[in-house]
Amino acid sequence: MKDNNEPKVIAFCCNWCSYAGADAAGTSRLQMKPHFRIIRSMCSSRIDLELILEAFDRGAWGILVAGCHPGDCHYVDGNYKTLRRIILLKSLLSSLGIEPERVRLEWISANEGGKFQKVVNEFINEIEKLGPLKKEVSKQ
Amino acid sequence: MKIGVYVCHCGGNISEVVDIKRVMKFAEQQGDVVLVKEHAHMCSDVARKMLVDDIKEHNLDKVVIAACSPQFHGRTFMGTVEKAGLSPYVMEMANIREQCSWPHYYEPEYATKKAKDIVRMAIAKARLDEPLEKKTSPIGKRVLVIGAGIAGIQAALDLGDAGFKVYLVEKEPSIGGKMVKLSRTFPTEDCAACILSPKMADVPANPNIELLTNTEIESISGFLGNYDVVAVKKPRYVDTSKCTACDKCAEVCPVVVPNEHDEGLSSRKAIYLPNPIAVPHSYVLDDKTCLGLFPLACSKCYDVCDPGAINYDQKPERLNFTVDTIIVATGYEIFDPRKKKVYEFARSKNIITALDLERLISLEAEGTSLRPIGKRIAFIQCVGSRDELVGNEYCSRICCMYATKLSQLLKRADPKRDVYVFYIDLRAYGKGFEEYYKRAQRTGVKFIRGRVAELHEDKRTNKVTLKVEDTLTRDIIESEFDLVVLSVGLRPSPGTLKIADTLRLIKSPGGWLQEAHPKFRPVDTLADGVFICGCAQGPKDIPDTVAQASAAAARAIRLMNKGEFEVDPITAFVDEELCSGCGICAGVCPYDAITIELKQGKRVSRVNEVVCQGCGACVAACPSGAQQQRWFMTPQLHAMLSAALGEEVS
Repeated sequence: MKDNNEPKVIAFCCNWCSYAGADAAGTSRLQMKPHFRIIRSMCSSRIDLELILEAFDRGAWGILVAGCHPGDCHYVDGNYKTLRRIILLKSLLSSLGIEPERVRLEWISANEGGKFQKVVNEFINEIEKLGPLKKEVSKQ
Repeated sequence: MKIGVYVCHCGGNISEVVDIKRVMKFAEQQGDVVLVKEHAHMCSDVARKMLVDDIKEHNLDKVVIAACSPQFHGRTFMGTVEKAGLSPYVMEMANIREQCSWPHYYEPEYATKKAKDIVRMAIAKARLDEPLEKKTSPIGKRVLVIGAGIAGIQAALDLGDAGFKVYLVEKEPSIGGKMVKLSRTFPTEDCAACILSPKMADVPANPNIELLTNTEIESISGFLGNYDVVAVKKPRYVDTSKCTACDKCAEVCPVVVPNEHDEGLSSRKAIYLPNPIAVPHSYVLDDKTCLGLFPLACSKCYDVCDPGAINYDQKPERLNFTVDTIIVATGYEIFDPRKKKVYEFARSKNIITALDLERLISLEAEGTSLRPIGKRIAFIQCVGSRDELVGNEYCSRICCMYATKLSQLLKRADPKRDVYVFYIDLRAYGKGFEEYYKRAQRTGVKFIRGRVAELHEDKRTNKVTLKVEDTLTRDIIESEFDLVVLSVGLRPSPGTLKIADTLRLIKSPGGWLQEAHPKFRPVDTLADGVFICGCAQGPKDIPDTVAQASAAAARAIRLMNKGEFEVDPITAFVDEELCSGCGICAGVCPYDAITIELKQGKRVSRVNEVVCQGCGACVAACPSGAQQQRWFMTPQLHAMLSAALGEEVS
């Protein structure tokens, strides 16, 4: 993903739902835009603001955070923590001069390969329009 | 550090899209990589043997397998590297099949480039992997079974017979659950009480089962191998060891109230035997309706009790005990038809529920008929099931067959009866069900496809008129019946909903308890050591309930029998130097695995690694970076980010 002419999207996927959803998309041979790289965590609630800002700092154009549907979290309520955190992050991003649309939160279950495909394609299309980050994010 | 990288062709699944040679060449250029190999099928025995030999021969200390998803073969390769003497947690999989060759099938050039990135990410993570070891924790042989319907009874008996100590807790004064109320069972038409009562009698006879009736769970805390249970035994006011069930007390009791066992169709006294086959076979005093308790004013029962079994001074008793595993068998309740406008007259004289009819038929068989049942009888199916308007989308699974059974019992008692069953779909899915349904048709029961739209009871004659469209012939039927029976569906019982909160179990749509995996872990829950069976998990008939109960017992035995269980080491831990003891981590932990302790005058967080399930929420919440999760360390995630975004990492 070195080339700066193509979109760079990092997808943080939880082990139980979204990572399995990404696998399901592949298993069903659903074709997707390829400009994303998946990082697996056990739960979406592991993904903190620092990690997302770090990704922007290292050149990501957009970040997808995907977890289990509300009520389905393998760890009781981790996805609600993620939801609150992403809302907070979006307001923070504007003040850093980063478009909040560059971060997207989605609930994708293990059997929603179709939804994974749709989300990825839509998101990469939007990110392509936004292009690379306009200003450098300096780490605090 | 020596890393070995293996690139799998997956018999063409990967190699037809991704250029394996270029990926291998790329891997060779990565730091610390000393060996790169390819194989047509990495998961095959021969390839795994090669992997074991390579690890030993080349002294590899990390392994990257570029192949399928870790969810597909992760366990396979973890086992293989373990065989070679390495920790299973120094193996990383680069998912270049599900997440590369398959979804980017028509872009082989990009797919190859992406495969390289994915391999580089796996190498970056492997580089920082620590050789974690699986830990074990001791476990005893004590089980709590909640609910003593047929599910709880079966699970308790299986466990007791296998030599495990069982606490069987039932909130009602007798065990037996809903099955005690049934007339006969489909499709074999066994008498329900006759097949259930020997099983009920086996419970107090089993030396390993401690039966706690009239008892409710107050709280449960702890974790697998160490669940602390607090239960409250409500006063029964009758000593079960002295009561001979002679009925003298009930004869003199002046209080008459509706009898729950007969769905309120008959009456009982304030002191009563819960049902004819009750276990324990002892009377119980209903303190909400007894005249004499507060203050003691009546005492008629006390005066006639020869064995002196009655004790008005009993108080609620708090019980504390510790168990290793828990089986939830809290069952269902029937849908209240009055919740739906069409059935607003339900429970009027001639519009009754199927459970009411079960009782009427049972009582008639016992020779105490409460009322004539009539000549023209209609069953309405799917009352409260498959009905989004009442919020129940699910099929209750048993109503088609119990209506068929009741129709047969009605026909047998009086072959001249006209019996109609109005259904949406007739579901005869089980063993012997279709044959039973066909037999019912041959006896003259009329099965008509159509959802009943209107229902009116004539206030003068008490006959019920029913309006329905036969959706097979398109005829509108308007007909008068002596009795309309609502085939009510099932709902999770209040006890099921309460225990879900107590044990933090996940509920599926409809409120039923959610199994850990619908196919492969059907009686497990995501709470370690907690199992579910019977209708608490979802509507089902008696054979399925019994099968599930035995399955839950077997799964519990599987955990306890070894005397110790494995703990996944990918838990959180604390860097006490960095920790400020703020306690934010403890607040976000869904399992109460984190406590704040005083250590040499400093407040620090402590993770109970047996309880921790490894979600990492505390790591994300920690403001000082003191909290970390093994195998998902922050530096590892950062290294993967760098690798993904094309920065060189050494």
